[in-house]
Amino acid sequence: MISVPELSLVVLVGVSGSGKSTFAARHFRPTQVISSDFCRGLVSDDENDQSATPAAFELLHHIVGTRLSRGLLTVVDATNVQYAARKALIDLARRHDVLADAIVLDVPEEVAIRRNAARPERDFGAGVVIRQRKDLRRSLGKISRDGFRKVHVLRGLDAIDDATVSYEKAWTDRRDLTGPFDIIGDVHGCRAELESLLRRLGWVIERVGGQAVSARHPEARTAVFVGDLVDRGPDTPGVLRLVMGMVEAGAAICVAGNHEQKLVRALNGRAVKTTHGLRESLDQLGAGPPEFAERARAFMDGLISHYRLDGGRLVVAHAGLKEAYHGRASGRVRAFALYGDTTGETDEYGLPVRYPWAEEYRGRAMVVYGHTPTVHPEWVNNTICLDTGCVFGGSLTALRYPERELVQVPAEQVWYASVKPLGGPARDPAMLDIGDVQGTRHVETRFGTRVKVLEENAAAALEVMSRFAVDPRWLVYLPPTMAPPETSRLDGFLEHPHEAFEEFAAAGVTEVVCEEKHMGSRAVAVLARTPEVAAARFGVTDGGSGTVYTRTGRPFFGDLAPLVDGLREACEPLWTALGSDWVALDCELLPWSAKAGELIRAQYASVGAAARAALPEAVSALEAAAGRGLDVGGLLDRTRRRAGNAALFRDAYARYCWPVDGLDGVRLAPFQILACEGRATALEPHAWHLSTLALLDSPLITPTRHVFVSLDSAESRAGAVAWWEALTAAGGEGMVVKPAVHTPGRVQPGVKVRGREYLRIIYGPDYTESLDVLRRRFLGKKRSMALREHALGLEALSRLADGDPGWRVHEPVFAVLALESEPVDPRL
Amino acid sequence: MLLTISTTARPATDLGFLLHKHPDRVQEFGQSFGTATVFYPEAGERRCTAALLLDVDPIALARSRGKGSPDFSLSQYVNDRPYAASSLLAVALADVFRTARAGRCAARPELPGTPLPLEIGLPALPCRGGPELAGRLFEPLGWTVSAQAVPLDEGFPEWGDSRYVRLSLSGTVRLADALNHLYVLLPVLDDAKHYWIAPDEVDKLVRAGGGWLRGHPERGLISRRYLGRRWALARTALARLAELGDEPEERLEPAVAEEPAAGETAADELAAAAGSWPARDRPDDGPRDGEVPDRGTGDAGDGEAEPKARPLAVQRREAVLRTLEDLGAVSVIDLGCGQGALVGALLATPRFARVAGMDVSAMALTIAARKLRPERMPDSKRARLTLFQGALTYTDKRLSGYDAAVLMEVVEHVDPPRLAALERVVFGHARPEHVIVTTPNIEYNVRYEFLTGLRHPDHRFEWTRAEFAGWAARVAGEHGYRVTLRPVGEEDPEVGPPTQMGVFTRDQRS
Repeated sequence: MISVPELSLVVLVGVSGSGKSTFAARHFRPTQVISSDFCRGLVSDDENDQSATPAAFELLHHIVGTRLSRGLLTVVDATNVQYAARKALIDLARRHDVLADAIVLDVPEEVAIRRNAARPERDFGAGVVIRQRKDLRRSLGKISRDGFRKVHVLRGLDAIDDATVSYEKAWTDRRDLTGPFDIIGDVHGCRAELESLLRRLGWVIERVGGQAVSARHPEARTAVFVGDLVDRGPDTPGVLRLVMGMVEAGAAICVAGNHEQKLVRALNGRAVKTTHGLRESLDQLGAGPPEFAERARAFMDGLISHYRLDGGRLVVAHAGLKEAYHGRASGRVRAFALYGDTTGETDEYGLPVRYPWAEEYRGRAMVVYGHTPTVHPEWVNNTICLDTGCVFGGSLTALRYPERELVQVPAEQVWYASVKPLGGPARDPAMLDIGDVQGTRHVETRFGTRVKVLEENAAAALEVMSRFAVDPRWLVYLPPTMAPPETSRLDGFLEHPHEAFEEFAAAGVTEVVCEEKHMGSRAVAVLARTPEVAAARFGVTDGGSGTVYTRTGRPFFGDLAPLVDGLREACEPLWTALGSDWVALDCELLPWSAKAGELIRAQYASVGAAARAALPEAVSALEAAAGRGLDVGGLLDRTRRRAGNAALFRDAYARYCWPVDGLDGVRLAPFQILACEGRATALEPHAWHLSTLALLDSPLITPTRHVFVSLDSAESRAGAVAWWEALTAAGGEGMVVKPAVHTPGRVQPGVKVRGREYLRIIYGPDYTESLDVLRRRFLGKKRSMALREHALGLEALSRLADGDPGWRVHEPVFAVLALESEPVDPRL
Repeated sequence: MLLTISTTARPATDLGFLLHKHPDRVQEFGQSFGTATVFYPEAGERRCTAALLLDVDPIALARSRGKGSPDFSLSQYVNDRPYAASSLLAVALADVFRTARAGRCAARPELPGTPLPLEIGLPALPCRGGPELAGRLFEPLGWTVSAQAVPLDEGFPEWGDSRYVRLSLSGTVRLADALNHLYVLLPVLDDAKHYWIAPDEVDKLVRAGGGWLRGHPERGLISRRYLGRRWALARTALARLAELGDEPEERLEPAVAEEPAAGETAADELAAAAGSWPARDRPDDGPRDGEVPDRGTGDAGDGEAEPKARPLAVQRREAVLRTLEDLGAVSVIDLGCGQGALVGALLATPRFARVAGMDVSAMALTIAARKLRPERMPDSKRARLTLFQGALTYTDKRLSGYDAAVLMEVVEHVDPPRLAALERVVFGHARPEHVIVTTPNIEYNVRYEFLTGLRHPDHRFEWTRAEFAGWAARVAGEHGYRVTLRPVGEEDPEVGPPTQMGVFTRDQRS
């Protein structure tokens, strides 16, 4: 039986005709096997064209490298009878930090020759096989020194036929452990503090003869030690005794720290400098029985570099680990895990300068580590360092996972003098990187979709975002687009509530809310109770305490302060109601002309002006022609109707325009509470939103009228239709119909049902003349966009509520803007 | 949509012969975007009026232009084309009155060559530039012009006038000339972005402008507007975002001037074909970012070039180049490269072995690429050049590894709250050995006679010398740089130089 690591490079070795391809096909998936013949065919159209061999291997190495970087087991099917060929593959595996195994198929020469002869495309003579076999013989003696993890030699046809292949999990792979975990920072011989911390976490310590020998947690939690149990502190043996007991009892796991590594070398009798607290460990262990020292040595020697836990969602390594190294095995992976990424320089204290890998970390897995003492543990891009310098008089820190809760006990005293003052790493989690947004990207959301953003849309969004948007720290959400319902067949209508109700009923929704659609400009208001809250929660320290921005993230007015201050005052009741001192609101800002004035004048009013100037003259000219007895009847009627439509069009836009002077005349109509501290409230039922927002009582706030509709009841539906008809007859834009509670799946979060007159602004003054043509509108893309943008919006709010770093919130927000630049019928 | 042509020649009904349209018939002509109808509201001996009524179907118009057209936005559905005397009317006129425009009349061969008393009426003519521009364009051609502005909306008098005028022309002009005047000048006055971007437009202009365009005092403006804004093609995605934000599309245009590239086809061909007006193909002489030109540059747009002092943009670029050479920089990245004028100059200097240009505007980069023409460079020169899109508020690995970074007239385009991010990106992360920053000196603005406000509408601020010095010193201190400040352009004893430059050099220790 052959066993290979789950992620490895498997190198088949054997002469032509030894049955490598057959063997590979029997034991591996076709996509896992990359053969040199196949690659030769790709680059030459002839699998036997030997002149194509260098190009074929270049391609083979490229494919293999790409697979390995993506974490896929890969089998190389080539003769590999020469050292140079194997060496190149081993180097490739090392470059991707995966192990390589060799499987040698050693068949009698005559078998190989016979098989080749039976294959007409292999017209080379027996000489080739004989030469290859010579190479193989020469190789077999020393192949074990090539650098393979293991060399599996199958001698003879029977051995090859009988072989089975199994997979070994990587040592680092403990994805099966799902916790909950208590992850504990660098202990450095501080046994008393460790015991206090464990008790604080609810562990029960077991003692033999007064010595703590193990611990268990009544809720079956698992402790995870990030390494550096030893050195510097007062009781390294005591710490080791307790941790070894916990590990042996299956209540804990532990990764290696650089101090364990060095202590093992010292215990193994190697010459090491006994600095950085190593002396203390050796003295303390030397004072005890040698059997204990040997047990500790064996324990520490067996510690591995890092663990992947909880389905891959959690990685623990002593000095952290960049994403490309998660689950990998190589010398440099171990070095990174133990020592971190160093720049090779030393600082003014003679300590190595560490490369700030965490600032660039963009992986999905949470990385928990120690190694670098800091005053306060801080989240940096989903990574956290738990070394709070207990031995230097700081504290000992644990992270509860998945709760993300920090538990600390202070050091009982300064046990060891630090050469360098404790300090946090320089970082700014709000600093965005171009890699977060540029190019074709996929954004993961927890709402059922993974959203693709195309490069050209990201490019347009980058321009708008960086030139015009508000400070991204405030820009925590962009509203998704909203689709209309299926087109109405009713005479004179393009949109009608009936289709909206049908759509939701068909999706299994029983209750919807119809909310008045305020005709203004969509606005998102992010408001902090005080500038201090703004600084603490959003990192905005310019004294601002909020912002109000448009659908594309632009600030509403040149000077936002009066509006923000007015809204903060108006939102006073929310602070207690929400138990939060900041809030993000989804709103409509009225009047439309407040923000869109320039657009209204340049586009809508201009169309009206041109129509009102031209159509009456056209009518007169036609009337004069008709007076001469010319047959212009049809055209004259039509032109008269159009003159009427132009007047209706003018009334339609004018309704949403009124003069504003500063804040005078500006009103905000909030209809949803997007988020507050710790909560993505956008997921709450609409009844909650509307009743909570009803607490606001301010001249600046316009309430959102609404009715709830039970879709099972024809009466309830009819009432809502009548409500909509009254609303639109009075000049309203229309209404938005939403499932009353958040409904997962491919159900629209809301559809807009716009009024007949309002649609003139959208479809043009004369749209009522060509309803039949307009009914052939295609809604699919708009509806799909609405779903994707909705998922992105909720994802942004959830990340905000989780306290994710700024770039994580920015990613889906940016994606919404990018999607909005996709071409879709703008009238929908 | 409506054009009336009247004559009081005797017999007035000769107009029917000239137009090849019978006064007693109503004739329809299909167009891709609707229907053109010709009829005569009056046809007497003393006065005869022909009307061309163009019925534009906005849906057909949108469909005829296809999804990929640059106006795939709401404005293609709700637009003035059905009502205004736009370029579409010019298209219809050219089609319907083709023979008349050519000056042929088989029935009355003497008529086309005879100037007639004509009146032309256009009730809603889009006229960017106001009624006064209509006068400037038509009067030199022998017309008496009456142009009245149409109010935007009587219900909102504070909105003022619309861009439409009610235009009446009267004069004694040959009919063929009158039609050609309209054919060329309607789109010029309309100045709409999207309807005139075909390669044969130059030929059409030269043909229609035949005798009269060469001597027209506004020929520069006419040719430029007629040829349209050729950059419009790249805009679709951005335009949608503008509309979504309730903004006119122009608001999102990049902060660069739209100037034709050197040697680029249309302007040159036109200059060669139509005569002697100055070719506007010297982008290097234009101000960067379309900002206020320096004193003495005069009218950088329409007029003849006068002998003038070197423009500030050139002085600034030369100052930056000289400084880069003095610093010994070999690799340089121009952050906010715009149309690539500095990048081009750097490439022209072999000592700069690696030259990169970054800008946030994809369109600016497209223009830069058109001007630099990397596809025509020898391999060795092309290999020195990199152009890419990026934003200075995002950290970006691609910005690292250059000896020097240039922020020429860039920082003032960044909102003050975002400057800190720019500082971190450039001085904290990219950390080149040298950074050169230039920015306007606001104190100098009093020396610009006609300037109100800042020098460019996209400027978010402009600094006094003291403000710039303070900023430069703080940034240098925070990030381990030393900075020296230098004037660019002629220094005014009272208000200082027009441009200020900071040269930052990284401390060896950091």
